[in-house]
Amino acid sequence: MQPRMNAIALAAVAALTLVACGKEEPPKPAQQAAPAPAAAPAPPPPPPTITVTIGHVAPMTGGIAHLGEDNANGARLAIEQANAAKISIDGKEAKFVIVAEDDQADPKVGTTVAQKLVDAKVAGVVGHLNSGTSIPASSIYSQAGIPVISGSATNPKLTEQGYKTQFRVVGRDDQQGPAIASFLAANNKPKVVAIVDDATAYGEGLANEVEKTLKAAGIKVLPREKGTDKTTDFKAVLTKLKGRNPDAVFYGGMDATGGPMLKQARELGIKAVFAFGDGACTDKMAELAGAAAEGLICSQAGIPPQAASKQFTDGFKTKFGKDPILYSPFTYDAAWLLIESMKKANSPDPAKYLPELAKISHRGATGLIEFDEKGDRKNAEITIFALKGGKVEPIAVVQGGQTMAYNDFLTKLATSAGAVVQQVKDAAASATTAAGDAAKAAADAVKK
Amino acid sequence: MAPDALKKHPAALWIGGAMIALALLALPFALAMVGTTWVRITNLAILFILLSLGLNIVVGFAGLLDLGYIAFYAVGAYVYALLASPHFGLHLPFWLVLPIGAAVAAFFGVLLGSPTLKLRGDYLAIVTLGFGEIIRIFLNNLSKPINITNGPQGVSRIDPFSIGSFSFSKPDTFLGLLFSGPIKYYYLLLAVLLVVIVINVRLQDSRIGRAWEAIREDEVAARAMGINTTRMKLLAFAMGASFGGVAGGMFSAIQGFISPESFVLVESVMVLAMVVLGGMGNIWGVILGAVLLSFVPEILRFTVEPFQQTVFGRQVVEPEVIRMLIFGLALVLIMILRPGGLWPSAVRRRELAAGRE
Amino acid sequence: MDIFIQQVINGLTLGAVYAVVALGYTMVYGIIQLINFAHGEVVMIGAMIAFSVVNLLAGSGLPPIVIVVLATACAVPLCMAVGYTMERVAYRPLRNAPRLAPLITAIGISIILQHLALMIWSRNPLAFPQPVKSVSFHIGEATITNIQLGIIFISVAMMAGLAWMIYRTRLGAAMRATAQNAQVAGLMGIDSDRIIALTFIIGAGLAAVAGVMVATYYGIAHYTMGANLGLKAFCAAVLGGIGNVPGAMLGGVVLGIVEALGAGYIGDLTDLCRWPVVSGWLGERCGPDQHFVLFGSNYQDVFAFMVLIAVLVFRPQGLLGERVGDRA
Repeated sequence: MQPRMNAIALAAVAALTLVACGKEEPPKPAQQAAPAPAAAPAPPPPPPTITVTIGHVAPMTGGIAHLGEDNANGARLAIEQANAAKISIDGKEAKFVIVAEDDQADPKVGTTVAQKLVDAKVAGVVGHLNSGTSIPASSIYSQAGIPVISGSATNPKLTEQGYKTQFRVVGRDDQQGPAIASFLAANNKPKVVAIVDDATAYGEGLANEVEKTLKAAGIKVLPREKGTDKTTDFKAVLTKLKGRNPDAVFYGGMDATGGPMLKQARELGIKAVFAFGDGACTDKMAELAGAAAEGLICSQAGIPPQAASKQFTDGFKTKFGKDPILYSPFTYDAAWLLIESMKKANSPDPAKYLPELAKISHRGATGLIEFDEKGDRKNAEITIFALKGGKVEPIAVVQGGQTMAYNDFLTKLATSAGAVVQQVKDAAASATTAAGDAAKAAADAVKK
Repeated sequence: MAPDALKKHPAALWIGGAMIALALLALPFALAMVGTTWVRITNLAILFILLSLGLNIVVGFAGLLDLGYIAFYAVGAYVYALLASPHFGLHLPFWLVLPIGAAVAAFFGVLLGSPTLKLRGDYLAIVTLGFGEIIRIFLNNLSKPINITNGPQGVSRIDPFSIGSFSFSKPDTFLGLLFSGPIKYYYLLLAVLLVVIVINVRLQDSRIGRAWEAIREDEVAARAMGINTTRMKLLAFAMGASFGGVAGGMFSAIQGFISPESFVLVESVMVLAMVVLGGMGNIWGVILGAVLLSFVPEILRFTVEPFQQTVFGRQVVEPEVIRMLIFGLALVLIMILRPGGLWPSAVRRRELAAGRE
Repeated sequence: MDIFIQQVINGLTLGAVYAVVALGYTMVYGIIQLINFAHGEVVMIGAMIAFSVVNLLAGSGLPPIVIVVLATACAVPLCMAVGYTMERVAYRPLRNAPRLAPLITAIGISIILQHLALMIWSRNPLAFPQPVKSVSFHIGEATITNIQLGIIFISVAMMAGLAWMIYRTRLGAAMRATAQNAQVAGLMGIDSDRIIALTFIIGAGLAAVAGVMVATYYGIAHYTMGANLGLKAFCAAVLGGIGNVPGAMLGGVVLGIVEALGAGYIGDLTDLCRWPVVSGWLGERCGPDQHFVLFGSNYQDVFAFMVLIAVLVFRPQGLLGERVGDRA
């Protein structure tokens, strides 16, 4: 008929719809201070509130969606605890709200979602999960001046870009790799090591670091074998390795692929000791590999969850009814770091609290957190685990190049635990004074 | 087409065209008021329109089912990334790199086309699919023994487009309006899109376009008519690929970081869905399909949560899951209701109407 | 030599898995020339249903083989229902539509099924409980487990059963007739709608069995597992000649063995440091214990695709397919 007319009408409608849809979107103010309570004779007026929005980004659909959900839960727990603690910022009671987004582990979507959070003027971001999405998103956050803390992106490049707003609470691949490699070399003294990775940025990056450390220690490393992050059948690669008879095998990848790989290795009769990075350092390995998982060693960045604050582990179990999987202690700490910095700066404005964040010293679920000038965690501890009886148990802690047995680490922690108790006491004291001030202000308002 | 109606009222055509042009020029600022993210989404949508138009040449005009089209996008993106980033230390200007990217992509198009000339329909589909996967796996693994593509870590800090000191990624103010990075890229993309559309329209009505149509309808008859089907098919692959290459280069610059995970099979399938859903063979239908399939998931991202809150008062199903469910359902429904696509080409409409008699 | 035997065993088992899934693709294509992209998702649903059943019965004290049979018995009818629904709702209306429309519909269905599975079974990779204990038999140094033997046996049995049904029964004759020319078959009194629906149902049933097999063998199930497996199986079907039942079996086995041998040997074959002349050119990059591997096991998927492309270039109809004239 008149396709050109249709085209015109279509274009007009499309443009209108877009704008209309945009306007229909409920306004999401980041800061909304309620007016001061009016004079009321009998009940004391409620304290003024300020809403602070914190964004969280992780893949909530796709192959590692379960880790994304775990991350989100960690941040959610922190937000809930912060709300319960009735923290005061700038004289108002802060109400924290989390906006959780799905980046599908796709860098394209990651940038879209990052821009969405920037447009929504969130006060800070916890995320992303993958290095592949964190890196492009970091430039968007940096341009907008919004601090972002990642609890799980381990690619060193993330903090090498020079963005002042990018931080991370998890160790880097070039810290974790040498830690597990030197432990393996010292503990098991292998002569020949095979290295397999899953051809992802994380897996390959970690495997490269392990290879470097092992070669520097003079250990023979076989040519790299690779799978993919979706491989289920490793028999061909494992059979090839069996022919070379390695004493140890390191796998850079996640538990969803590492578990089946270990199971198949034992089925083929490979007797080597298997070592993994933090992606496969979960109890799920025992579920997936069964008895084959016994005796594996793996590393995790940060202190083990067993040593993590009970505040975190109990709170997580109560609220979500399941155990934390992997990085939730880190996202929990990341959220708390943002909140603590805002408290210290007495403002949710990124320009004001960013300097506080850069120099903060906070004891969280994963230990003492301080940032260096790149935004990496200073003196990140790496814990080495072994799988015994179906569960991963910590056996050693590596910090600043020094390895100490786990029990020694616990002793060291206990002596500084006194410092933690003091911190808690101080926090309680300041809370009481704040409450007292609020009551006084209310009373004054009533008198007027 | 009813050019007669328009001939009677030529003013209508000009006014309509001017209105569309104005709307398109003002669009980014309207969107930016809602949020810069919508300008980014629009830019990605335009990239997908470019891809769909390129695939339309292969699938719609020439009738060659290509399930690995995203490989050309990847090639274009990597050529730009390798020639304009710290990776090799080369920082060639974009007006030099984009044509190189298009040429390399066209070369790969011919590479894909040559062994597949004898293949029919679904066999061609699987070979092109395999080709797309092969390219992606190579890109993911060419980091050892010699580091060419940096493997899964991807290439970062890719140079944005710049002409002299005018950079496309920094915000600038001009005539009192704030031109943020995405807005600048929008206008560039719009210009490229315009050129591509003109090329496509001219191609469709040219000898080459008619040769493709002949091959699509009946290859044996086309050959009998003296059309060099080999050369025409390779030309279709090459031209389609070159559009993909150009789009890829721009994607590289806009995003600043590329990795092989952006070029998976799902993306090829998405572009094919845009072409088929919009109306295979019809340029305007394809554009419509690309716009819809780019915007609808994003609109859902923004509206699903508030919708659930207002209707149910709480979250019934997670927004990400509901988004994808609605998307899949939309694909199925649209295909059932309008199997020729939302805006089928005139030929297709005749076929479907004849089929129903 | 033992390593080689082991690789062949690995390849055979992998190939048997591909073959069973490929049978479903090839059946549907043979009848209505449609690539059912959602077939991989049906396999996944079969695996998930089996997971739920096995989990439920894990502590009940029933002998493991009974648990697996029960799981299959639950998965098969449910998957058949899914297959039938797919056909009725999404494919039948598009019987006369342009070739690509059902393709897009299949993609839509695939997305819907994946996310329904996500809602029902959560995002976590599910550890498939091992009801059957793994027993290894030895051929020299190589091992083959009872589960692997079971998979090979079951897939051969299914192929044989399917072939018997298609070539020896009336139903099969009706299917072949509909595949050749649906209109004329209709004139002969065959209800082509019913036959096509039955084809989908049987294909879905095969998919369910394949799902149980895959989940039992690898011990893991996830809502995204159907995509990759479906793609490989589809390649296997095309390799063998799509529309051809023994072809699907052959294609699966060939693909599996190519992948296994490729992953096992190409790394060494392309290690330039092992070639006398070339290693000299590379100088100190080929010192002791150094390797310069051009194509390692990371390219195992590429080998599979390249073999597929090579076969199709020289034999466009697949290994066992019939040469069809250029249809307009």
